[in-house]
Amino acid sequence: MLVPISYYLVLSAILFSIGVAAFLIKRNIITIFMSIELMLNAVNLSFVAFAHHWHQVSGQIFVFFVMVVAAAEAAVGLAIIIAIFRTRNTLDVDKIDLMKL
Amino acid sequence: MNTVPQIFRILPEVILTVTGVLIMLIEPVMPKSASRKSMGWLSVLGTLAALGASLWQYQLPVGTAYFGTIQTDAFSVFFHVLICSIVLVSLLAAISSAPREMDTLGEYFGLVVFGAVGMLFMTSAVELLVVFIGLEISSISTYILAAFRRKSAKGPEAGIKYLLLGSFATAFFLYGIAMLFGATGTTVISQIADRLGSSHLPLLAVAGLGMILIGIGFKVSAAPFQVWTPDVYEGSPSPVVGLMSTAPKAAAFAVLLRILYGALPTLHEYWVPLLWWLSALSMTVGNLGALRQRNVKRLLAYSSIAHAGYLLAAFTALSADGIAAASFYAVTYAAMNVGIFAVVSYAGGYDDRLTLIEDYRGLAYRAPVMGGAMAFFLMSLIGIPFTGGFFGKFYVFSAALHSGFLWLGIIGLLNSGIGAFYYLRLIAALYSKPSEAAPLNQIPRPSFALLLGVFLTVAATLILGIVPGRVLAMAKAGAATFYSVSASK
Amino acid sequence: MTDSLHLWLIPIVPFAGFLVNGLVGRKLPRALVSAIALIATLIPFLQVANIWFHFSSISKPYVENLGSWIVGGAFHADFALQLDQLTMIMLLIITGVGFLIHVYSTGYMAHEDGYWRFFAYLNLFMFFMLTLVLAENFLLMFVGWEGVGLASYLLIGFYFLRDSAAQAGKKAFVVNRIGDFGFLLAMFLMISHFGSLSYHDVFAVVAQHPEWQGGFITVIALFLILGATGKSAQIPLYIWLPDAMEGPTPVSALIHAATMVTAGIYMVARTHAIFDRSPFALSTLAIIGAATAFFAATIGIVQTDIKRVLAYSTVSQLGYMVMALGVAAYSSALFHVLTHAFFKALLFLAAGSVIHAVSGEQDMRVMGGLWKKIPITFVTMTVGVVAISGIPPFAGFFSKDEILYQAFISPNGGKILWFVGLVTAFLTSFYMFRLWYMTFFGENRTPEAKHDDHSHGHSHGIHESPLVMTVPLMILAVLSAIGGFLGVPEGMWGHNEIGHFLGPILDPASRVVGEGPELALAGLSVLVGLAGWAMAHYFYYMKPELPAKLAQQFSAVHRLLENKYWIDEIYEGLIVTPLLLVSRYVLKGLIDTGIIDGAGMAAGGTAQGLGALVQRVQSGNIRSYAGWLAFGAAVLLVVTYFGFTAHFSVR
Repeated sequence: MLVPISYYLVLSAILFSIGVAAFLIKRNIITIFMSIELMLNAVNLSFVAFAHHWHQVSGQIFVFFVMVVAAAEAAVGLAIIIAIFRTRNTLDVDKIDLMKL
Repeated sequence: MNTVPQIFRILPEVILTVTGVLIMLIEPVMPKSASRKSMGWLSVLGTLAALGASLWQYQLPVGTAYFGTIQTDAFSVFFHVLICSIVLVSLLAAISSAPREMDTLGEYFGLVVFGAVGMLFMTSAVELLVVFIGLEISSISTYILAAFRRKSAKGPEAGIKYLLLGSFATAFFLYGIAMLFGATGTTVISQIADRLGSSHLPLLAVAGLGMILIGIGFKVSAAPFQVWTPDVYEGSPSPVVGLMSTAPKAAAFAVLLRILYGALPTLHEYWVPLLWWLSALSMTVGNLGALRQRNVKRLLAYSSIAHAGYLLAAFTALSADGIAAASFYAVTYAAMNVGIFAVVSYAGGYDDRLTLIEDYRGLAYRAPVMGGAMAFFLMSLIGIPFTGGFFGKFYVFSAALHSGFLWLGIIGLLNSGIGAFYYLRLIAALYSKPSEAAPLNQIPRPSFALLLGVFLTVAATLILGIVPGRVLAMAKAGAATFYSVSASK
Repeated sequence: MTDSLHLWLIPIVPFAGFLVNGLVGRKLPRALVSAIALIATLIPFLQVANIWFHFSSISKPYVENLGSWIVGGAFHADFALQLDQLTMIMLLIITGVGFLIHVYSTGYMAHEDGYWRFFAYLNLFMFFMLTLVLAENFLLMFVGWEGVGLASYLLIGFYFLRDSAAQAGKKAFVVNRIGDFGFLLAMFLMISHFGSLSYHDVFAVVAQHPEWQGGFITVIALFLILGATGKSAQIPLYIWLPDAMEGPTPVSALIHAATMVTAGIYMVARTHAIFDRSPFALSTLAIIGAATAFFAATIGIVQTDIKRVLAYSTVSQLGYMVMALGVAAYSSALFHVLTHAFFKALLFLAAGSVIHAVSGEQDMRVMGGLWKKIPITFVTMTVGVVAISGIPPFAGFFSKDEILYQAFISPNGGKILWFVGLVTAFLTSFYMFRLWYMTFFGENRTPEAKHDDHSHGHSHGIHESPLVMTVPLMILAVLSAIGGFLGVPEGMWGHNEIGHFLGPILDPASRVVGEGPELALAGLSVLVGLAGWAMAHYFYYMKPELPAKLAQQFSAVHRLLENKYWIDEIYEGLIVTPLLLVSRYVLKGLIDTGIIDGAGMAAGGTAQGLGALVQRVQSGNIRSYAGWLAFGAAVLLVVTYFGFTAHFSVR
């Protein structure tokens, strides 16, 4: 109760930024996926903090839906990753650049 | 007060969901050798029913359902009808171009229908959670559809590019929603407007606005968030491109209109200049990028970036006319783009027999009707009078100029001049002498489904160009339903 | 007027012709195709003639509203047609000359492939052109405006298998788009300032506000001028017209001489209420017109392609008309539109007949001595040449002289305009007689039995054209000879019928009219015309070897003219190439390196060094795309935070 909301928000922003940075730096598709998860969960943290701040339950409901959506995205993503691995034998995102300008 | 049963408010969505589920249930028990095209016709039926239900919703009193998350009004009906029509034509294009023996065809139609459900939810949602869910339903379906040619090298690449970058942008969008929620304590669009209007400007809401613009900007492929577009369009099957370059964009524009004009009218001093830049940048990048492009699908991808820019110009108008112009442009753009991709998917086929502009040489002689239709759509994209493309642009820029944005109008018109260059190149190719070794010879006769789809879009483009009054009146009705609640400038 | 005039039939009938020929013409016999096309232009002509005969009993302007078109938006527009004196003149020209050219085409195109396509396009053109002049609001006029551009594109590119034709069509289209862009902007400004696009409303609003002088009116007028320079081939947008000669010759006669290119003149005359409020815009017009007239005439002197000479002459004559508009002598401009339609259509058709006779050859250097072999063409073309050279009593004399006179008496700087016009008249006469001598006199330089890729069939020597081609020539020759008497000014014991006819709608009551020695000026311009003839006679008849020597002596000037001042190349270098460069390199650079930089900044501190970055300098990379996205996001967020307001709104 003593922790002010700004702490949560700053932590959330930091996590989000780490997610963005990891997306840009990492080369393995799976890791990139994890960084997206990190970004989404950083947002979730904000939602919970705001929900607490406003005493509104809708923010927490949002979190559940985000988790569901993230899971669905991951399922689809992994399926596509398998398809990629079958055609290319690699998960290095830098090697997936057949189509360009 | 709410005398209308709640289920009626989401009737089109329900119909489409049932259709999708039916497809998923029937398809596995069909004999292995049977063509899955019957599933396509089933989804066409479902879409037609949803289209009818959407039109029927028009006579319902305006109202909300399900705890104030869904609202049916002239605006939602307008976009419902638009999205259902797009889905209809792209289904017809898919039925005619997909190879008979493809074993995953049933899933394809199911995914299209499910994706449409998401898009419909986006346009009728007045609560950000439902907006988000609708966005994700439509996105995830299109991610899979983009990767549908999974055995080819390009298919999964398109899918993964779309998926990774799309999720990346979605995270920003979500963060924006969280910030709006944090600033106002609500996720209901009208309440956001009320609470923002009564208080001083919380910086958090401004940041949220920026984040939401990033997310939507990605979905509508507005520069500088357009990078994914050419790659994904190139790698995806053409009927899918026809769908995903129009329907999800129309839905995203509807969301953007709802959020900007419904929730954040008080912040217009922030978002009008932003949209000005997004619009100017998109037009310029799109047109310049297309200028040297030789691959037809990539060319059309850049063209769709430019058209997103034209459409965004209407957002700056800050008036009911601006909203109507944006809605109208969404219709005209959808009609010509889904139409041209129907032709591309016919000529190029599911596996892209034809890729470069040179490959299209002489198409108009090999297949006069289809080639003529393609030339017609290109003329509409250029913006020749008596086509929808002309009036769409005309309304958009007259709305922007009416609000005093002379320079945006000038940039836009200059850009549409540049646009003529590359569209003409394609038209000239269609009507020039075919080269001998053309893969054109493999082109089959157009099937009934394709003829129907192309006929519908040609007719729509013509009607929008010659007697646009009705559609414009509907767009204005849609604009009026929620512009009346927002603050004036 | 109680009964309707059914104006809508006038454009609709050619459109029906287009539909029939365009859809099923491929399967029809040629005779039927031409019958359809001819009937589709004859009916409007008869209707126009009928209207003309009881024109005085019609209350003007007569408006026919066919129903609402666009309701909503910041304005509304109807499918409304209007008939007044200005429209009447244009209708007569378009349907009359148009019909003659259709007749001629049935002979000229008789051996071409795609016969049906040609006539379908020609009818389509008629439809749009008639829409343009009949429209009652700017939006409908713009539909016609763009439509004629489209039809012109299709017809220029008619020999689409020829690369140069396709290129020329495209060039015409794109250059015209620049002009259209001006027209569109003018229209948008009219919507926001006048709240309407209907002629009636706009001019009523303008009339109600006499205090509006210059200011935004000038801006609108300047955008309209940009539109007019595109369609009427004036500096700086004239470059498309000479190339447009790639199209079949009847097309050049109809579209690029008699009708479409005068649309810009029509538009300015139509909106003269706006131009009258902006002296600056009027001066701009006058300068553009005079400069174009002179400039194009100088190029015309050295051209060797018979059609190109005529093309530059058209540009030059259009310059006269624009100059007339610029001195607010609107009815004089329209008078010249009328006479020019006669004699320039005649010249083009006669040139077509010459080309037909020599099996597709267009180079005058290999013609010569043709007058005995194609006498009808020779006689009729002579009438045209004399008419354009301003020698009385042929049509061109009266209209051109009227313009020169009006320029002379115009209060601000008119004397200079008049002088430029006079010099141009000399040049015109010179290059037209040059064409005449090179084509018809001297010894025959035609090589035997030349086969061209679009030769006109008959390869059995030089022959006169069939009757369907020569009869239109004769009719036009008569019109070119006597057409000028419609507007003999009072200063020359005439009645200036056309001026009085158009006066009520075109001449503003407040117009400053000076006085001038009209007869003396007329005499001077006749002398100048004769001098041009004499000089051409000397150079190209008496001493045909002289021009080559002179060209050598003044090779710099000659090269400059021959290469048309390198304007095409300059435009290419200044505008087209940079655009393509931007498209090719800068964008590529943005996407390749810019994104990499975005990713690079993020990656900079990590184990991956610069070398790895360099290796990845190629696009298609997801991470660089994401970097680009993130970069854009960052910029957008920063801009959002600074929240600069919409201060680039001009309201």
